[in-house]
Amino acid sequence: MEPTTQKLIYNFAALADLGEEIANTGDFTEMVRTSLHLLLGTLAIRRGAVVECLPDENQSRCLAIWGLDSGFDSEFTLDPKSRDEFLTLGILALKQDYAPVSLSTFIDRYNTRLLEQGLELVVPMIVRSQLTGLVLLGGKASGQPFVDEDYAIIRAMVRHIGVGIHGRRLLTQVEQRAAENRRLYEDLRAIYRDTVCAFAAAIDIKDKYTQGHSDRVGKYSEVIARELGWPDEEIEGIAIAGYLHDVGKLVVERDIINAPYAIDAKASTELNRHPNAGYEILSPIHHPYADIPLMAKHHHERFDGRGYPDGLEGDQIPLGARIVTLADSFDAMTTDRPYKTRRPFADVIEDLRRNTGKQFDPEVVIAFARALLRELTGEVKERRIMKILGKNYVDPELAVPLVRNLIVELESAKHSAAAIGN
Amino acid sequence: MEESTGSSVRSHCVGSTAVIYASDYLNKLSGEKIERECKRQLDFGCRALVIDFGNTELVNSIGISILLGIIDIAEKNGAQVVFSDVNQQTVELFEMLGLTRHVVLASDEREALSTLARLKVSVAVMGS
Repeated sequence: MEPTTQKLIYNFAALADLGEEIANTGDFTEMVRTSLHLLLGTLAIRRGAVVECLPDENQSRCLAIWGLDSGFDSEFTLDPKSRDEFLTLGILALKQDYAPVSLSTFIDRYNTRLLEQGLELVVPMIVRSQLTGLVLLGGKASGQPFVDEDYAIIRAMVRHIGVGIHGRRLLTQVEQRAAENRRLYEDLRAIYRDTVCAFAAAIDIKDKYTQGHSDRVGKYSEVIARELGWPDEEIEGIAIAGYLHDVGKLVVERDIINAPYAIDAKASTELNRHPNAGYEILSPIHHPYADIPLMAKHHHERFDGRGYPDGLEGDQIPLGARIVTLADSFDAMTTDRPYKTRRPFADVIEDLRRNTGKQFDPEVVIAFARALLRELTGEVKERRIMKILGKNYVDPELAVPLVRNLIVELESAKHSAAAIGN
Repeated sequence: MEESTGSSVRSHCVGSTAVIYASDYLNKLSGEKIERECKRQLDFGCRALVIDFGNTELVNSIGISILLGIIDIAEKNGAQVVFSDVNQQTVELFEMLGLTRHVVLASDEREALSTLARLKVSVAVMGS
């Protein structure tokens, strides 16, 4: 093979390897080191270094060094004048007699030291009119001087390396900004959650007999949504909806909310305003989760269509609202109220059974019962429902068959309904 | 005795000479293994390195850079380097790039070892 052809093929292969290396998104330092190797190997240059120049910083540092003594300075100070000169220069020989213009302060300072290391060339890496760095190169193993063809290869390869460094720098900036945005977003979410919790506490303080109700409804709703397989983001949303479902009570008179007896029709009408009032309060807020105002509005709808405020039925009611409905009722039955003490657990399960398909969505009741059963049997370590209900309220020995029967009965009813439907 | 080190480079010692066998493609991965093995042998006190290219079909530019590094390290340690059993295409590449100015080429391992023995004698005569 003609030596020229062989050299062309060899150079071409090296450029292809370099392109592949630059495109590699792996370890940055290794990418620069390998790129330097490729450049040195292409022209059989025995030593060299890649120096990174950061924008607006005088200090520059070596990203990769090959064949230089351990005493080689890996940091350079580049003053603005040197930067400007490098920007206007192409390949710069270190020896005075090769220099096309008066030598920069950088060369003045480092010329002797670089020459002592066997370095002969300084090649500025310029990307988008900015000095990205410098490549310092020693002489060729052949002992021959660099020729125009060598310079052309060096320029091409150094441009590749410069683009690689510049690209990685941009990527790092984007990643840093993304990380910063993530942090800000998390902060905002935390602020939102804290605000919601404070709001929920304010609602519950107004209703002295049901303190902690909003918090408990949020937690039950979360448990049900998780059992239904909702994604984490939406589970967080339903918890918020639970915390805020009674926000409309803020506009209802305190005497009605705190009445220590069953309220009359007039007071009841007043109290029944709270879902719509909640919707009005929550609608102008840009919630990070969908449908929170609707969940507050419809948490007193019934599955059979006999609820309020809109008399929606079945799937017309948002699923989130159907979940909050059950959570709200379950908490009402299992906590003391102004006019009655909490009901025994067996009664509560019986109420759920009787009202499934009427007040409650069967799927939601089944999900809640499953989560409850898992806690009662110890299948799950985290007992969120039981913790809320307290130690002495539920006897697992009695509760497990009740809950299990409820699930079996509701599942069976569901399958029968499906069979009739088919 | 021939040994295969953890880096999977075959090598053995003949007196104070280490013979290291390059793989079929001398690139970054295999080159770094050879480089490590050469450094290890020099640290153990070897005064000459024979790198055998009998199995080597191709050397890429990183391979060249690594070989230059090995030559550098050997020079700093006062050790000789001989390349043996190099195919014609790779010989042309080494000549084109000037590596042959720094290493001796031998047709096979035996010739490499005898070349090194001659070099040692001449160095000793010069020294005396």
